[in-house]
Amino acid sequence: MRARVFVTLKPSVFDPQGKTIADALHSLGYGTVEEVRQGKYFELDLATTEAAQARALATEVADKVLANPVIESYRIEVE
Amino acid sequence: MTFGVVVFPGSNCDEDAFHAAKDLFRQDAEYIWHKDTDLKGADVVILPGGFAHGDYLRTGAMARFSPIMSSVRAFAERGGPVLGICNGFQILLESGLLPGAMLRNRSLKYRCEHVYLRVEQNDTPFTSAAKVGQVLRIPIGHGEGNYFAPPDMLEELEANRQVILRYTDPNGQLGDEWNPNGSVHAIAAICNRSRNVVGMMPHPERACEALLGGEDGRMIFESIVSEMAVR
Repeated sequence: MRARVFVTLKPSVFDPQGKTIADALHSLGYGTVEEVRQGKYFELDLATTEAAQARALATEVADKVLANPVIESYRIEVE
Repeated sequence: MTFGVVVFPGSNCDEDAFHAAKDLFRQDAEYIWHKDTDLKGADVVILPGGFAHGDYLRTGAMARFSPIMSSVRAFAERGGPVLGICNGFQILLESGLLPGAMLRNRSLKYRCEHVYLRVEQNDTPFTSAAKVGQVLRIPIGHGEGNYFAPPDMLEELEANRQVILRYTDPNGQLGDEWNPNGSVHAIAAICNRSRNVVGMMPHPERACEALLGGEDGRMIFESIVSEMAVR
């Protein structure tokens, strides 16, 4: 199975990169882009065929390594 | 006394820290490879600056899994003094030996310059030779030194007097223009609750000789050397 992990800064944490990208988009005329948050994306290929097991494993590595819980949150998709 | 300087792949201030301890302060010093687990009899452990493990994923994130870190953790738990400088500070944060996290500098720029630091607390082994309120001029060199802690953690840090250095102007006054990276509460250095583990973004080892443009970093080394002499 493949798990996709999306890690982003928590809404309460200022994202200077996202802000700079949003500013650049605004200067290009994309005024309707209200906010940009930059994050990280991971694809995990897992040696399991059980979705629940894949999700549990992805959650474990996200908690332990992929995300820093002080500043980041994550979302997982499994297929 | 013996300084143990941990060397990770990508450390680049290890030799500076070693030089300060050995050549300037005439102490024994040992390099400790990150794959080792023996601290070689170190009385104080320094996690130096650099880009440990390439700083992949997040600064300091991979280094915490280096074998030496479990020995460093045990040493810290026994009350051993540990100083993390720059990347070393980031490693202490990722390891959970210090609270909080680092974000990209507010300016998104790598900042390499001298900054002014006000000593907030001198009851740590690395600031005991300083006076509270004293202002030090020490260089920084980092892209991710924007210290962050959520409000409740920040409140606890302040209540427990764990903020050790703050970025200020040359007179010790706070001001946003003197904060080089956007750190909350202008935090440049913190300690753990038992005060033996200190993390700081500025580089004291780069400020121990007049030839290098300043000697204010000596205060950090003088503190630990005199602390250990009386233990």
